[in-house]
Amino acid sequence: MATPYAKLPGWIDYGVIPLINLIVAFVVAGLVVVLVGENPLKAAAFMIKGAFGSGEGIGYTLYYATNFIFTGLAVAVAFHCGLFNIGGEGQAYLGGLGVSLVALSFDSSLPWWIVFPLATIGAALTGALWALIPAWLQAKRGSHIVITTIMFNFIAASLMIYLLTNVFKPAGQMAPETRKFVEGGQLPKLDWLLEMFGLTIRSAPFNISFLLALVAAFGVWVLIWRTKLGYEIRTMGFSPTAARYAGINEARVLIITMLVSGALAGMMALNPIMGAQHRMQLDFVTGAGFVGIAVALMGRSHPVGIIPAAVLFGMLYQGGAEIAFEMPNITRDMIVIIQGLAILFAGALENMFRPHVQAAYAIAMGARERSEPAGA
Amino acid sequence: MEFVNALVQILDATIRLSTPLLLACLAGLYSERSGVFDIGLEGKMLAAAFAGGAAAAVSGSAWIGLSAAIAASVFFALVHGFASITHRGNQIVSGVAINFIAAGAAVILGQAWFRQGGRTPSLTGDARFNAIDLPFAGALENVPVIGQIWSGLLSGHSILVYFAFAMVPFSWWVLFRTRFGLRLRAVGENPAAVDTAGIGVAWLRYRAVMCTGVLCGVAGAYLSVAQNAGFVKDMTAGRGFIALAALIFAKWKPVPAMFACLLFGFLDAIAIRIQGQALPVIGKVPVQIVQAFPYVLTVILLAGFIGKAIPPKAGGVPYVKER
Repeated sequence: MATPYAKLPGWIDYGVIPLINLIVAFVVAGLVVVLVGENPLKAAAFMIKGAFGSGEGIGYTLYYATNFIFTGLAVAVAFHCGLFNIGGEGQAYLGGLGVSLVALSFDSSLPWWIVFPLATIGAALTGALWALIPAWLQAKRGSHIVITTIMFNFIAASLMIYLLTNVFKPAGQMAPETRKFVEGGQLPKLDWLLEMFGLTIRSAPFNISFLLALVAAFGVWVLIWRTKLGYEIRTMGFSPTAARYAGINEARVLIITMLVSGALAGMMALNPIMGAQHRMQLDFVTGAGFVGIAVALMGRSHPVGIIPAAVLFGMLYQGGAEIAFEMPNITRDMIVIIQGLAILFAGALENMFRPHVQAAYAIAMGARERSEPAGA
Repeated sequence: MEFVNALVQILDATIRLSTPLLLACLAGLYSERSGVFDIGLEGKMLAAAFAGGAAAAVSGSAWIGLSAAIAASVFFALVHGFASITHRGNQIVSGVAINFIAAGAAVILGQAWFRQGGRTPSLTGDARFNAIDLPFAGALENVPVIGQIWSGLLSGHSILVYFAFAMVPFSWWVLFRTRFGLRLRAVGENPAAVDTAGIGVAWLRYRAVMCTGVLCGVAGAYLSVAQNAGFVKDMTAGRGFIALAALIFAKWKPVPAMFACLLFGFLDAIAIRIQGQALPVIGKVPVQIVQAFPYVLTVILLAGFIGKAIPPKAGGVPYVKER
């Protein structure tokens, strides 16, 4: 997204300003906590204790973060092309279809390390497929991708409810979910990773898909900043007219970007389905697709920013449960407010503090120039 | 006779289900016609439904509930305006943010204030907008067809329903027959021209988003103070997005917007009616197909297969006075 203001050094642009935006978001969230009659500092302490106070807490935090890395990357890739993919929720939901089809077919005949890559491909394919139609409509028919992806979220929800209740639900079972996968459909936990730091994860479902998320983050970095396609994507995002003059095939780049975005969102389904529940449940995405928007905005659409932003939201999810336990006035819906505030201040109002920071920076620079005379 | 009765019942439900869609859709009309995209209709409606339910429960007056609903919705509309008009932020991002803030805040505050799991207390008597009987509704009740239409279909709705349908010609008049409306539409097509004519772009757009806020407020109040007796978590259930779909479907025009909302309301009424029933010829239709229908229809429309939906030209673009 173009900045209408003068250039600042990178550490301010990518460090100080996002940090200020984030702090403001949390201050406003703190005011909401005050409004319901609780102490925000105490709430923050409970949250940090819940998220990082034990091996189990850290396990859960990273488990949630895994979801958000995938969906955050999905939104970020689309952002680079100047597209706003609000459909991460639906694409992740459809990703669950790919994962479940693979897991249900092979969980009793193949070991997990063969099912895992197959399920990854399945998730990526179904997620990408769900992004393909909006992408194609945007590229060829000019329908606004924001609206079509919102519509596709709702269509995905209806479709998956139908499939879960009428196709996947085993006979004689009440809950609309698939049967439980046996060993081949269960991903190993990453307990050894935390044990290296002397922590035990107990029941936390922190699993190997976290590593896949890190690989995906690296892959996105390579794609966007080290390939010709990535260059074309960024050119289109920066200036569609420049891309057209440069002879870039807009429709092709747009569709490929959305396929990558949808595939990343779809891969999120691996984590809850094969990593934690070992079955596909109704609404297993639980808003992770939307959290991805906040994560991508806070991480400035760069994998290096997205991973900490995802961990931050993982902390909010896990720590939020702890707050809800300690403070009856605060439920986990507090996360939804924080998420909204993060999107507001890191996204829509990202330039609100920029003039002030610029002024402060100019004053600081001026002061330094006076104290260090020319030629020093 | 039985068929007419069933039809009247479905159409009656259609009117009730269309009302919040219509109000939200007309709300979006003002904002989007002025060049400010608003996907935060859902959030504003939800905030209004909560504020309305809470205020009506505390005060015991439906009108105070309505006022609180409008105030909450206008507040969020102004936040959207502040982000997208004053700070020229991304309008879509701002709308998404408002949807989340409203959804979270309604539940948190509801739980803290009323401790009923995010609900507001049940409304009774004057705390709720009750049904209004149109003149002669009782007398005509037993007259075939005319009586059924007058008494069964048109009479017996709350005042907000009549307000919503009255807003259709009113909005048409405001947008297409007044100076304010002309300027509002102009600022959505070519803000630079409006600016050159010496009319403030920002203030015009702010007024437009405030209109949006007021109508979203009424939509929310209708949900919690008229249609239902109190607020429940996530009670808008995507209606803000359906309203958005209806707005596109109607090509940003008030009268078609009404028909689009009636169509989507009708689909909703049908979905409720046929749940679990076998229909002749087609057999049992999965309710999910009917539920997904408005969204599918919108996508097909957006694809340009049923005429082309052309949004206001300057929609989504922040106005920068000088470069």
